[in-house]
Amino acid sequence: MDTTAKTAYLTKEDAVPAQPKLLAHPTAKTGLMSWLTTVDHKRIGFLYGVFALFFFLVGGVEALLIRAQLMYPNGTVLSAQMYNTMFTMHGTTMIFLAVMPLSAAFFNYIMPLQIGARDVAFPRLNAFSLWTFVAGAIVLNLGWIGPIFGVEGHNAPDVGWYGYSPLTSRQFTPGHSVDYWVMGLQLLGVASIAASLNFIVTIINMRAPGMTMMRLPVFTWMTLVTAFLIVLSFPAITIALVELMMDRNFGTVFFEVSGGGMPILWQHLFWVFGHPEVYILILPAMGIISEILPTFSRKPLFGYPIVVFSGACIGFLGFAVWSHHMFTTGMGTVATAAFALATMAIAVPTGVKIFNWIGTMWGGRLMMRTPMMFALGFVWMFMIGGFSGVMHSAAPADTQQSDSYFVIAHFHYVLIGGSIFALLAGIHYWFPLMFGRKVSEFWGKLSFWIIFVGFNVTFFPMHFLGLNGMPRRTFTYDPNLGWNTPNYIASIGAFVLGLGIAVYFAVMIYTYYKGEKVGRDPWDGRTLEWSIPNPPPEYNFRVVPTVHDRDAFWYEKNHREQIAAERAVAEKAEEAHGGIHMPHGSIWPLVASSGLLIAGVGSTAFEAKWDVPGIHWKLGLSLLGGLVTLVGIYFWSLEGNEGYHLHLDKDGKPVKGHGDDHGHGKH
Amino acid sequence: MSSHAASASIDHHHDPSTSTGIPNKKLLMWAFLASDCMFFGVLIATHLVYRLHPPAGGLDPKAVFSVELTSFSTFILLMSSLMMALAVTAIQKGNVRSCRWSLLTTIFFGMIFLGCQVYEFQHFVVDKKMTLSNSLLGTTFYTLTGTHGCHVAIGVLWLTLMYVRSFKPGAGSARRTWLSHQLWHALALLALLGLCLKVTLGLVHSIQVEPSFGAAMGHFVKAEFLAMAGALAAVAACVWFARPRGPVAFGEANAIDVESMGLYWHFVDIVWIVIFTAVYLLEYL
Repeated sequence: MDTTAKTAYLTKEDAVPAQPKLLAHPTAKTGLMSWLTTVDHKRIGFLYGVFALFFFLVGGVEALLIRAQLMYPNGTVLSAQMYNTMFTMHGTTMIFLAVMPLSAAFFNYIMPLQIGARDVAFPRLNAFSLWTFVAGAIVLNLGWIGPIFGVEGHNAPDVGWYGYSPLTSRQFTPGHSVDYWVMGLQLLGVASIAASLNFIVTIINMRAPGMTMMRLPVFTWMTLVTAFLIVLSFPAITIALVELMMDRNFGTVFFEVSGGGMPILWQHLFWVFGHPEVYILILPAMGIISEILPTFSRKPLFGYPIVVFSGACIGFLGFAVWSHHMFTTGMGTVATAAFALATMAIAVPTGVKIFNWIGTMWGGRLMMRTPMMFALGFVWMFMIGGFSGVMHSAAPADTQQSDSYFVIAHFHYVLIGGSIFALLAGIHYWFPLMFGRKVSEFWGKLSFWIIFVGFNVTFFPMHFLGLNGMPRRTFTYDPNLGWNTPNYIASIGAFVLGLGIAVYFAVMIYTYYKGEKVGRDPWDGRTLEWSIPNPPPEYNFRVVPTVHDRDAFWYEKNHREQIAAERAVAEKAEEAHGGIHMPHGSIWPLVASSGLLIAGVGSTAFEAKWDVPGIHWKLGLSLLGGLVTLVGIYFWSLEGNEGYHLHLDKDGKPVKGHGDDHGHGKH
Repeated sequence: MSSHAASASIDHHHDPSTSTGIPNKKLLMWAFLASDCMFFGVLIATHLVYRLHPPAGGLDPKAVFSVELTSFSTFILLMSSLMMALAVTAIQKGNVRSCRWSLLTTIFFGMIFLGCQVYEFQHFVVDKKMTLSNSLLGTTFYTLTGTHGCHVAIGVLWLTLMYVRSFKPGAGSARRTWLSHQLWHALALLALLGLCLKVTLGLVHSIQVEPSFGAAMGHFVKAEFLAMAGALAAVAACVWFARPRGPVAFGEANAIDVESMGLYWHFVDIVWIVIFTAVYLLEYL
């Protein structure tokens, strides 16, 4: 692509045909358009975070309604039908619309900074993932138009987050609720797989010079493992959902007993996805904790290679334990024994990680700041969840605990005490980097203690409820079963937990506008994201760093002269190559995603019968959506991946008038 | 033809701008194909599980399948992979003209495969009475092979758009605009592919329903006259759009785009080999 040499003597005939107006690159740097066309991984990460936190609150409200219903025996807050809807949407929302996108927010924002990259490998694909996630979230929640606006025949999904067959068949769920659930999850799957492919390529290919794989920060490592889990496990649920969709809409008999189908197949396919999904939720959390503990213990991570290999090991074993969700289905003794053993085995690398975290703190100078509080809470609470998990791996014991509140207690200890605590810790930890402001220690710790107490008061009694026989998914209970007091305590705890979350977010919003401003590197960090100004400039690194050690920024702080000399050489070399290369913004990912939204709504919200007018809308909108997506992808590819070059002044501000708009994307 | 033909200096096996030397697009495609393996793995597993647990009174696969036709289409798909490989080699040497012909042949073979599949589905539904919903075999068979067919169709669309993309004018071209030109070119080629499929299937249908060859020809010409005329017009349009008009912005630097597409195409081919074995050949053991 050596066209630069020619430009000096271009004649009129030689001129490159102009880029058509339709494909002009968006240039807005502020305002709505800049957010819709952004390909900046930091802005995309921020948007992921905003959407995730919104749905975290939605899922929280659903949880509070469940607890309000169960506070007293024979509760009347929710009808049985609405209770089913609430626990289904609570689970689905928290897993797919809160924890996963919040992890994705950190993947997007932090991971490229940790490896010294200026963006992800495919910036526009990243935007496509974000907007497709939004489309999936909308379709998944479309059913609320039934209960909220009173639209006949519509309801939010009410078949459990696992959607066991044959409950999902047209015979038992004739309305649209399962269709929304299927299509919503399909779109979320597309978004997750596209994003994960992007992260895999970014981590493997976009590392700064010297950043070998065994120097990657552990959070980046866990991003990589999680991304592999997503691309390898989501296909299972995608195909299971395709089969379900075919059963519901085209009369196939995959899960239809009358036609020879076997409903148990759904459980297998679902959990082949569902169990790796558990690790998709927890591995990013483990990565965040592995960043926070060393920083606030003033020590390097204890046994870095072991922590990394344990994470990868959990990823592998995660595919071999799915049937422990199905011990009561009668798989036979061999299968049961094999999956019980594999499940016990997966506790080993998890335990190794916990010992490494304890080893990191051992003999360290612990700084009890808010992120550290959440991180310590994580280690303790996750351990309790892990213990009850190992209890489940023993098949005979599991047969007793299956479908009881003991299971609810177990996985909330893992998902709130684990994932959520770590994500809340991560928000506190990286808030100064993202926004240049720091949360007040008093309010941060106060919110931690309210959340910590509320969480334990809610879920610890559930162990006893389960052992006393209270089944899951029951919308009410009789007063003389002995479950009144623990349920009452759990509900009080839930409201305390809700209060803690409210305090947490109030503090965050206050800090965003009015918090104490901090300079670069407020925690005295070790990894590269702390080496840049906060909030980070759009180009991230003025000079792509050269990495010399595992804790790359720590090394830089101790070898300032060597680093300064290297930087000067690298900056000159880059300027000689045309400056800092930046990708153009693009509207086409949004167009492609909105096509998916149109098709998703069209194919689910209308009747499929030929004798009702809805079929025209169904077919019409599905085709229109497909066409819009196709057009989006076509223009996306025609637009090309050219970028432009930035030249910086001494303060790191881009110099105006030097924009080299026709730089080539690939050299 | 190409503005890049002279600069045969790109190392196609090492990209210095990445940490591993593997181009980003290639790595993306590999990771995607790993994911796609799981998609097909689940579908094939579903088929095999139900093969082991057939419902009473289900269809006998051997009475439905026509292994000769499917062997032929399998062979054609294999040959399309060969042409795809030739297209990649050509563009890595900067030979745009040879690349275009190889792409067109790949498209042609891909369309033959799709035509065989359309014929097969139609034959199974109408003559063998196996539908999507009347048997478990129909359910798993159509879903699995249909998903594969969708992959081939997406591949053909991608190949078509890549072929059209190779005409994007470069520095020194006689053209001033190119977007509408590209769109019309793509539509003409897609119309040609669709019409050819229709005409060919129409010919097969005529031969099947009419008693003599002469009658079949008469029936065919009457039924498919408009489609044939349309196809001829589309051919003319494609030739017109492909007339040489100076240098193009497509060459060795785009080899990675063609190669990524080739990886996809080969993968879809290999998956078919597995499906052919697991779904068809297994029944004849």
